[in-house]
Amino acid sequence: MKRSFHSAFFHPDFAFYREIELIIPAVLALEDGSIFRGRAIGAHGVSSGEVVFNTSMTGYQEILTDPSYARQIVTLTYPHIGNTGTNSEDNESANVWASGLVIRDLSRMASNWRNEASLEDFLKERNVVAIAEIDTRRLTRLLRDKGPLNGCLLSGDALAEKGEAYALEQAKAFPGLKGMDLAKEVSTKASFEWTEGLWVWSEGHSDVALSKPFHVVAYDFGAKHNILRMIAQRNCKVTVVPAQTSAEDVMALQPDGVFLSNGPGDPEPCDYAIAATKRFLELDIPVFGICLGCQILALACGAKTVKMRLGHHGANHPVQSIDDGTVFITSQNHGFAVDEASLPANLRATHRSLFDGSLQGIERTDKPAFAFQGHPEAGPGPHDITSLFDHFIELMKARVSR
Amino acid sequence: MPKRSDINSILILGAGPIVIGQACEFDYSGAQACQALREEGYRVILVNSNPATIMTDPAMADATYIEPVTWEIVEKIIEKERPDAILPTMGGQTALNCALDLNKHGVLDKYNVELIGASCEAIDKAENRELFDRAMKRIGLETPAHGMAHNMEEAYAALDKVGFPCIVRPSFTLGGSGGGIAYNKEEFIEICTRGLELSPNNELLIDESLIGWKEYELEVVRDRKDNCIIVCTIENFDAMGVHTGDSITVAPSQTLTDKEYQILRNAAIAVLREIGVETGGSNVQFGMCPKTGRLVIIEMNPRVSRSSALASKATGFPIARVAAKLAIGYTLDELRNEITGGATPASFEPTIDYVVTKIPRFTFEKFPETNDRITTQMKSVGEVMAIGRTFQESIQKALRGLEVGVSGFDPILETGLSDSLDILKRELKDAGGERVWYVADAFRQGWSVETVSELTGIDPWFLVQIEDLMFEEARIAQMSLEQMDKDTLFRLKQKGFSDSRMAALLNIPEQKMLDYRHKLGVRPVYKRVDTCAAEFASTTAYMYSTYEEECEALPSDRKKIMVLGGGPNRIGQGIEFDYCCVHAALAMREDGFETIMVNCNPETVSTDYNISDRLYFEPVTFEDVIEIVHLEKPHGVIVQFGGQTPLNLAKRLEEAGVPIIGTSADAIDLAEDRERFQRMIQKLGLKQPPNCIVRSVEESIAAAERISYPLVVRPSYVLGGRSMEIVYNEEELRRYMRTSVKVGNESPVLLDYFLNAAIEIDVDLVSDGKQVVVGAIMQHIEQAGVHSGDSACSLPPYNLSEEVQNRIREQVSMLAMELKVVGLMNTQLAYQDDEIYVIEVNPRASRTVPFVSKCIGVSLAKVAARCMAGTSLAEQGFVKEIVPKNFAVKEAVFPFNKFPGVDPILGPEMKSTGEVMGVGRTFAEAFAKAQLGAGEEVKAGGAVFISVRDADKWQLTDVAGKLHALGFKLLATQGTAAVIAEAGLPVTSVNKVNEGRPHIVDMIKNDEVQLIVNTTEGKQAIADSSIIRRTALRHDVSCTTTIAGALAVCEALEFGDKLSVYTIQELHAEL
Repeated sequence: MKRSFHSAFFHPDFAFYREIELIIPAVLALEDGSIFRGRAIGAHGVSSGEVVFNTSMTGYQEILTDPSYARQIVTLTYPHIGNTGTNSEDNESANVWASGLVIRDLSRMASNWRNEASLEDFLKERNVVAIAEIDTRRLTRLLRDKGPLNGCLLSGDALAEKGEAYALEQAKAFPGLKGMDLAKEVSTKASFEWTEGLWVWSEGHSDVALSKPFHVVAYDFGAKHNILRMIAQRNCKVTVVPAQTSAEDVMALQPDGVFLSNGPGDPEPCDYAIAATKRFLELDIPVFGICLGCQILALACGAKTVKMRLGHHGANHPVQSIDDGTVFITSQNHGFAVDEASLPANLRATHRSLFDGSLQGIERTDKPAFAFQGHPEAGPGPHDITSLFDHFIELMKARVSR
Repeated sequence: MPKRSDINSILILGAGPIVIGQACEFDYSGAQACQALREEGYRVILVNSNPATIMTDPAMADATYIEPVTWEIVEKIIEKERPDAILPTMGGQTALNCALDLNKHGVLDKYNVELIGASCEAIDKAENRELFDRAMKRIGLETPAHGMAHNMEEAYAALDKVGFPCIVRPSFTLGGSGGGIAYNKEEFIEICTRGLELSPNNELLIDESLIGWKEYELEVVRDRKDNCIIVCTIENFDAMGVHTGDSITVAPSQTLTDKEYQILRNAAIAVLREIGVETGGSNVQFGMCPKTGRLVIIEMNPRVSRSSALASKATGFPIARVAAKLAIGYTLDELRNEITGGATPASFEPTIDYVVTKIPRFTFEKFPETNDRITTQMKSVGEVMAIGRTFQESIQKALRGLEVGVSGFDPILETGLSDSLDILKRELKDAGGERVWYVADAFRQGWSVETVSELTGIDPWFLVQIEDLMFEEARIAQMSLEQMDKDTLFRLKQKGFSDSRMAALLNIPEQKMLDYRHKLGVRPVYKRVDTCAAEFASTTAYMYSTYEEECEALPSDRKKIMVLGGGPNRIGQGIEFDYCCVHAALAMREDGFETIMVNCNPETVSTDYNISDRLYFEPVTFEDVIEIVHLEKPHGVIVQFGGQTPLNLAKRLEEAGVPIIGTSADAIDLAEDRERFQRMIQKLGLKQPPNCIVRSVEESIAAAERISYPLVVRPSYVLGGRSMEIVYNEEELRRYMRTSVKVGNESPVLLDYFLNAAIEIDVDLVSDGKQVVVGAIMQHIEQAGVHSGDSACSLPPYNLSEEVQNRIREQVSMLAMELKVVGLMNTQLAYQDDEIYVIEVNPRASRTVPFVSKCIGVSLAKVAARCMAGTSLAEQGFVKEIVPKNFAVKEAVFPFNKFPGVDPILGPEMKSTGEVMGVGRTFAEAFAKAQLGAGEEVKAGGAVFISVRDADKWQLTDVAGKLHALGFKLLATQGTAAVIAEAGLPVTSVNKVNEGRPHIVDMIKNDEVQLIVNTTEGKQAIADSSIIRRTALRHDVSCTTTIAGALAVCEALEFGDKLSVYTIQELHAEL
């Protein structure tokens, strides 16, 4: 084996001077004064938000399009992002809601049989400011130790003009998410019917056109599409309504069940949703909540919510059923949580996190209502606990047979 | 669910000797299982014939049987120990097969023993392709189109179903051995014939070819409450068609979207449920068409595996340990992950924030007659793993960690030849072990990613990264060192370029590159492997280097000892050295030092998180070691335990001011430098076989006249006897000098007079610089000329007088004192005509250290490590040689059945991959067990074919008489038959292959021969008789190629099957 270098090893036609990529600088500044210098990807400009991380190794497209990330700059801990490009099947909503993306390495190419556009183009097209080539593990450790920090991404001409100090100023100026009602911002403005079913390996998504025995009205506080697909797939007619729809308007639709979706921000200011939920409980309508919806149900029952020092953002979180001890690996994305100590007598804990013991599931003992803090709909993440949707169907069945 | 209280004792089945496809990953798993069960208070009984394992250390189990892992022997152990349960999932295919045999022969029922971890039904369902296929259909998973065959007729019928090309795999064989890809009828017949023979149940699976498809593996863990987790997803860099053990693999998967990944995840869990793996870890393999996404399931293993060891090291999740706990009734939610200090639960899926690359290491140069293309049958003998923040960094670290003389993507293609591009194309399309370097060369030739992807089937995602590295190489080559600014250098280091590779591109010495880098302040940082991508704070001390902003190493200011490991396994440097490294680390920790391990072999115990205080999973190269030393500032660095790998760094490290403890680098050099060594031998008044160093062909002929033939010839500075041969005349010497080596001033050749009737002896000793204590004297069974690593040996010697042994003790002590050895020393000697000759001295750990330690009940490696750290032998209380009363025989195990076409003859070049140990009250019993453990089962009776060289004829009557007395019918070639007949023994003369038919090979093929004694010498005679040995190998007929071996076989047969089983603990108590 010959093992010495000689430039003759390169063919004379070898493109020695491959066009050297123009590296456009970008910075991420945090409210604590930390600065991360990297390379601009996606759209260039300025964007502020609460900086959080997500440890999922797959599903960046789903994460970017998850409305729960509104006003958040999301850092992905897996270093290679963009490997599989993007496609029209994997969106969790029509837009990118995250305020920005922070990664270690943008993939040089997208390689997947379903790829339609590279992540870089996807970000540009949707005007998402993003940064790559920073020590994302250092950032994650910082966020882990200090909790979510407000931050600002600044890149391209804006950075050249205004400088790092401006980014720092903006990071400090960001008001934070506590007390922020974002649900009504990201919610649909008008109600509509949802018919798309779950993704199938060789077929993609297709509309569910079956008997549709139940009618579910789904509150959109920033609902992920996969939740709607999960419900539709179970033979339900799904009507999606804006966040601030009143209980009366919903009841006029004659629902068999009401679904409270996930969404961004603090649940406490969502008084309209809390009030509506109280009404559904009075009327014994089956209620199922996910994530923000879980917190709203808890608040409607008189429990309290808190901002977590360290939120859950990943697809590997073990959650245990308190009833039978079963462990589910779940997708999680929340910075607020229901305080278990505040549960009233008629609201019992059904699931807990095996990571930190935090409350993950609740159920009314006197009403057909329950909720889950994590994301049973996956997208991204494991499908271990999709059975909760079946439970929702059972509650509706039970109500009909009553 | 708490642990089971209805069982008290558990028998763990080990994997036996290291063979291709089943290496030291099963020691890693087994050792974890032993610890996991013992700490729960169970009585652990262990059987494993491999003495070089950590799991067979006496402290690891309550009763340790270093005995063959066959159902007959295991039954004896069960009868004696009456275990409540057997854990068969830690010892690879060997243990699973043994468990099935125990069940088949009614042993489990007879003694009312339960299998835990996997039931017979589950094992059967996973392993029997027909049952597996039906099970997969039931859960809606597609398997490749295929057919089963138990004979050629059925094989043709299956072929009609699947068409060419097709993949043929025999059932129940290791590493898919005996399988292959058939593109035409001729190949089809050849592969099927071999496969039917190799499969224990004569069963073949003939599959639709999925060549070029993507391949994924998922490591799944399940508990008895049906909680399932995926520990790791591995994506194969090499497409389907290459055995996963021979593929470069990457974790996590890179080219799956979440939707696709979750479907694989669900399917993998469904497979475990359907197969019925109730508790423990399994590996599930998928194939996926890159164009359509069509998904098929390839196979599953209901046990821990090579991949699970890799997954454990890649993620920091100890699969074997957890699987053992689950087997005794715990559920995942009741366990914490020990690696993170309990910061994370066992019931979660690790997430990683780095990229892991594994690259296999091949040994084709040892078996030149064999086809060196990599296929569905595993051929690699070891592997390296590297961790980097990006794939580029990860693969470049792995390449330099391989230690095959490269420091990255070094060019391999000889350019400028008329057929260079044809060679390149062939190497890409028809993969050999070096394809990844040809891929880089293809980019240097300006080939496109599309072209290379089409030829190789490798996903373009990986290829663009290699292409990018080639662009970077071209840029570096155009630069001068001074033009490289800090940012550029940092960026290149981030991409994983080694100093050495950059230096080669800049045409400067590596040291200059390193100095420049240090001057610019570009140094690596160390990140931690914590299973959770930093989501939680953990105390894990498992680290890898990268070039980033933040360093998490936080070195302590304790007094530290650093142990350098041996890197990837290879023939000549394997588990034995890892064993020594582990013991050194354990001893130093016991003595209060903080211990630091540096190694890059994912299969080993040394890279287990709990062996040392801090683990750096890094290539064992100068650059990588010096950076860790810079950070940790150890009190001492141990280089003499990891084999040649760290030893080769000793001199440079010492020059760089690294505090190497133990025997000096100069003494190591003295022992290896023939001329210096010879002067020392003469000074001490010892003897060497007449020898000389030559630097040209002419010189060699003249020297040979002086020394006289036969001669052992070899290039200087070799390990494992590379290119070593015995020549009997001038013609052979000329051929050797012409073709086998490139002799020159820089690369001299050594000639030694060959002691052709000598007894060879190995001695291991330990010294603190003031006193020498002999560890053991071992007598080889094969005579001199067979590499010591390939020869069986007996401890204590079985027919060497005490007087000779005393002379040996005296001589080795003189050598050790002269070399000022502090630590271990191994000496090879030959005894002929009442003279003792010193063949070789190695002032370092040797392959026999674990064997000796098991025999004498003292860990020589621990004693040696303490000597190196300054504790004298007297202080340790180890002042006298321990000579066991019982016998132990070490026997080598060979990979010949993986390399069709190779002559399975023993010679001066080492070819064995592993070893077994047999213990007994007599030599005969120990030898019989060693043979059994090595898979060489000989039964008395039937016919023996004898053909011996003239030099052995004097012992022929003895051998023939014994075999006759054992009830063998004697068959012999004419010359040999004449001698036997003369002695008055009945003998039938048979034809040699060139003497007309029917001849001996016909008889072997017709199962008319049950044992072969065939000794030959000289290149031509060996070539002529090779067909006999190769046929014997294929037909599983035991064949001994030395007369001494034949005599030992006779002794073993005379002993018969009255074998008893002994625990190592009881044997040690008798010392």
